[in-house]
Amino acid sequence: MIVSLIDYGAGNVTSVARALRRLNAEVRITDQPEEITDACCLILPGVGHCAALLGSLDSHGLRRPLLTALSGGTPFLGICLGLQALYQSSAEAPELSGLGILKGRVDQLPQSVKLPHMGWNQIRTVHSSRLLERIPPAAHFYFAHSYAAPTGGAETAALCEHGREFTAVLETERIFGVQFHPEKSGAPGANLLDNFLRLAA
Amino acid sequence: MTLVRRILPCLDTDGARVVKGVHFEGLRDAGDPVELAARYNAEGADELVVLDIAAARDNRPTFLETIRSVAEQLNIPLTAGGGIRSLEDARAVVRAGADKITVNTAAVERPGLIGELSREFGAQAVVLAVDAKREKDFWQARVRGGRAATTWNALDWARRGVELGAGEVLLTSVDRDGTQSGFDLALTSAISGAVSVPVIASGGAKIPQHFLEVFTEGAADAALAASIFHDQVQSIRLLKLFLRDHGVEVRLPC
Repeated sequence: MIVSLIDYGAGNVTSVARALRRLNAEVRITDQPEEITDACCLILPGVGHCAALLGSLDSHGLRRPLLTALSGGTPFLGICLGLQALYQSSAEAPELSGLGILKGRVDQLPQSVKLPHMGWNQIRTVHSSRLLERIPPAAHFYFAHSYAAPTGGAETAALCEHGREFTAVLETERIFGVQFHPEKSGAPGANLLDNFLRLAA
Repeated sequence: MTLVRRILPCLDTDGARVVKGVHFEGLRDAGDPVELAARYNAEGADELVVLDIAAARDNRPTFLETIRSVAEQLNIPLTAGGGIRSLEDARAVVRAGADKITVNTAAVERPGLIGELSREFGAQAVVLAVDAKREKDFWQARVRGGRAATTWNALDWARRGVELGAGEVLLTSVDRDGTQSGFDLALTSAISGAVSVPVIASGGAKIPQHFLEVFTEGAADAALAASIFHDQVQSIRLLKLFLRDHGVEVRLPC
């Protein structure tokens, strides 16, 4: 199976590709609409500013093929901004529309705590997720973000907290998302990516 | 669920090899960056920092190659810096595999650089390195590896850097660096209280007690050290066990 990694110009595509190749996955890095339509499995990594991601999806003509792939059941994993992009909008870039697969708005974490939420934190499972199989409940994952997705939707599989609770892992049908960076999260992160590859196979 | 305190080993390199010396003088070889990176990754380091302390222009390709081979070893975040003067320099470092970049001298000379980096890579990828030296009644921000003075009070400079878009501050006490006499707790606590972003304390670490103090009294979010890890004076795992036993939340990989 070939994993298509959507490259919108963010810094962490290389890290994600490296982590996937360590798991013996074949990786295709792409910014081509037709390759997204054809993909059998998609990962949207993201880091930085939400406007850069959404703007770049539009300027490369990737929004429509991505939405088609998602509604057609292509297995999808959004990482960090790639998770946030699934919602209707983000307070970080209110002028742009999110992909709108999930209801709600991504908002900034409270300024009562240090931002960005940077470093290793634990998550609390709300309902079982296939992404988290074989991963110890006390595992730490690496986060680096200031904006975060709402909780309360049926898609939320695990929460994290920094100033407030937010969605750390989501799963709905074949659409998955993680707010942390599995490619930077040691053994638990590698397990999670491996789980995704198995689900997508 | 608590954000844990981080332990960061730092590889000071001449571009290719890890070197060590006090106050950038009397440098001697301290090992292969790739071997050390693999060891720290396995021992439970929370992130790794790789610096080019020579930062000579003609040495750039070598340093980028070092970043690439170090990144290959890691499944934890990598911060790289030393000699980043422009957006183009930073792009090369990020493309080589760094998740975050540190800037110091170039940012003092041209503060606009911080905003340029932050807009391109996000605040979470921009680490402002602040080297601070005690003067009579304040800490002065220093550049060029601590050797050159600036007109900035370190607290003001850290605040300004965060306003401009830095997502983290790597604070080094020039007075303590290389002395192994403990972190500068007053300095760390002052900077940590002055900025809204995480602060990495550096300079002076030797024994576990030093780390405990910098996380409690110093209010640091992360602590960085180099030679005590390279020389195996201190194991990262034992250090973390000590911290956990003293009530500090840490990550202990299985």
